[in-house]
Amino acid sequence: MRAVFWKELADYFGSWRFVILFGIILLAALYATYTAAQTIVTNVQETPTEFVFLRLFTTSGGGLPSFIWFLSFFGPLIGIIFGFDAINEERSQGTLSRIVSQPLFRDAIINGKFLAGLAAIGIMLASILLIISGFGLRMIGVVPGGEEIARLLIFFIVSLVYMGFWLALGILFSVLFRRTTTSAFAAIAIWIVFALFISMIAGVVADRVAPVSDQSEMEEVLRNREVYENIMRISPTTLFEEATTTILNPSTRTLRSLVTRSEVTGMISGPLALGQSLRLVWPHLTALVALIVICFSISYVNFMRQEIRAG
Amino acid sequence: MAPVVETINLTKTYNGNTVVDKLNLSVEEGEIFGFLGPNGAGKTTSILMTLGLTEPTEGIARVGGYDATREPLKVKRITGYLPENVGFYGDMTARQNLRYVASLNSIPGNLAEQRVDDALASVGLSQVADQEAGTLSRGMKQRLGIADVLIKDPTLVFLDEPTLGIDPDGANYILDLIVTMARERGISVVISSHFLHQVQRICDRVGIMSKGHLVAQGSIQYLGQEVLSGGQNLLEVQVSEMSDQVLERIKAVEGVNNVQTDGGVIHISSDRDVSEAISRAVFDSGAVPTQLKSQNYTLEELYMRYFREE
Repeated sequence: MRAVFWKELADYFGSWRFVILFGIILLAALYATYTAAQTIVTNVQETPTEFVFLRLFTTSGGGLPSFIWFLSFFGPLIGIIFGFDAINEERSQGTLSRIVSQPLFRDAIINGKFLAGLAAIGIMLASILLIISGFGLRMIGVVPGGEEIARLLIFFIVSLVYMGFWLALGILFSVLFRRTTTSAFAAIAIWIVFALFISMIAGVVADRVAPVSDQSEMEEVLRNREVYENIMRISPTTLFEEATTTILNPSTRTLRSLVTRSEVTGMISGPLALGQSLRLVWPHLTALVALIVICFSISYVNFMRQEIRAG
Repeated sequence: MAPVVETINLTKTYNGNTVVDKLNLSVEEGEIFGFLGPNGAGKTTSILMTLGLTEPTEGIARVGGYDATREPLKVKRITGYLPENVGFYGDMTARQNLRYVASLNSIPGNLAEQRVDDALASVGLSQVADQEAGTLSRGMKQRLGIADVLIKDPTLVFLDEPTLGIDPDGANYILDLIVTMARERGISVVISSHFLHQVQRICDRVGIMSKGHLVAQGSIQYLGQEVLSGGQNLLEVQVSEMSDQVLERIKAVEGVNNVQTDGGVIHISSDRDVSEAISRAVFDSGAVPTQLKSQNYTLEELYMRYFREE
C-alpha cells in the first residue's frame, strides 16, 4: 500500500489539477481574509475583542463570503476532482489489470489512493491556512492565543474530514462507473443536491410535515424548524458549516437557528469553553466519518467483485 | 515433477452461463504452452482464474503448488501477467513505470534498479528508458509489457495476445523474446493467441478451447497424428528408382498399414515410427531413398478441424 501511496502522492503534486486548484483556493482565501480583516479593523469599536483572530475565517464583508463559506463550497469540488477518476482512469488506460496482478491486496489500491488524496488535500489546506494566517496576522496585528490555535487545528481536522468524504465519494463513483465523465458528473450532481437543493427540499418537506401560518403556535413553528434542520443535516455541507462555525466562533452555544426567549435568558453569556464547543460538534464529526466509511465499504465490495479485464 | 500450472475441473459460471466448463489443464516447467480458441471461448477467464483475479465457481487452479483462490498473493508473486491491451502511465517514463511495479513487488531499491535495467536491456528498450511511456510505439509498449513481467523474476508468465496489432518484424522480435525467456531463464510461458503460425513456431504444446471446454491438449505433432491422421504415422518417401519391388518391400515392413503412390512419391501410413525400417527396405530392394520425411501437421489444419466439425 505504501508504494501505491507514494506514487499517487507524487502524481498529485506533479499534476495540473493540483496546481490549478491550489491557485483558485489560495486566491479566494486571500481575498476572503483580506475583506474580513478590513471589516474587523474598521468595526474594531463594535466587535468584542475575544477570539479576534478566528474571526478572520468567519467574517464576511464587502459582499464577499467568509473563508468558511468558500471552503464549504469549494471543498467538495477539491475532493471530487481528486477522486473521480481514481479507478476508472486506470481501467481505461489498461494499467489496472497490470497493477492487480501484482502481489498486493486489492483494497490496498483504494486505500493507497484515498490516503494519498487525503494527504495532498491536507498539505494544500495546511499551506493555505498558514498563508492566510500570516497574511491576516499582518493585517490585524493580533497574535492568536493558545486556544485559538487549538480551535484552528480542530477546524483543520474537520475540514479535512469533510473533503475526505467528497474524495471517498469521488473514488466510489470511479469504481462504480466505467467512464470518467460519468463518474465526475454523478459526483457533481450529488454535490449540487447537497449544496443547493437540500434547503429547498427541506423547506418543502418541513412545511408539509409541520405546516405553519401567521397564527401558528410557538410549538408548531419550532417543530417546523426542527424538521427543516434535521433534513438539512443529511447534507455533509450543513454538517461542515455547523461544525466549523461552532469551532471558530466560541460564542455559538446552540446549533438550533430558532431559540425561545426563555432559553436565551437561561444562557450564560460569554464564549463556550473548547471542550464544550467540541461536544457540540462531536455528532457532526462522527456523522462525517460514518459517511466516509459508508462510501468506502461500497467501494470495497464493488471493487472486489469487479472483473478485471483490459479493454 | 509437479506441473507449474494445474487446473482441476475449473469452472466459471456467470448468471447461469457457463463460460469455462471443467477445465483440466497442466503446464510443465519451462515449456511454452499455446492457449488457443476462438474469441469468447473462455481463455482469458481461465487465465484470470489461474491468477486468482477471478474466483472460480468450482474447481481448483494451482500455480507452483499454491491454490490461486486461497493464496492469490503467493501466486501473484511468482506469476507475471501481460494483459491484452496492456497500458502504462503515459506521463511516467518507461523506467519509472517499471520502478513502480518493482516497488509493488516490494523489491528493495538496489535490486530493483538492477532488475529494471536488465529487463529494459533484454527487450531492447534501454535507448528509450527515460522517454515518457505515452510516446512509445505500440510495438515498444508491448515489449515494455514483457519487461514489466520480468521485473518480479517470475517462474511463470501469462501472455494474452502479445503480438496483436504489431507489424511482422516487431512480432518476430517479441516471439524471439518469449523463446529466450523460456529457454534461458527457464520461465514457463502460457501464451494465448490467434496467430496460429506464430504459436506453432514457438510453442512446445498447445491447448485448444472451444465454448468453455478444453477440446485438445498436447504437442502439435501428437495432436496432428491423433486428429488428422486417425492415429496414423504418415511418411513420404521418394526413391531413385521406382519399382514394384520397392513397394513390395515397403509393404512388408512391420507396422505399415497402407502404401500409395502419387507420381514419384510414396505415401506410407503406419501405426508407429517406421522411417528407419523403410529406408533399410528401400536399400534392400536396390534403390536409394532420395527423400524421406514424416508428414508435418500445421496448427492451422488442426485448428480448423476442430472448428469445422461443429
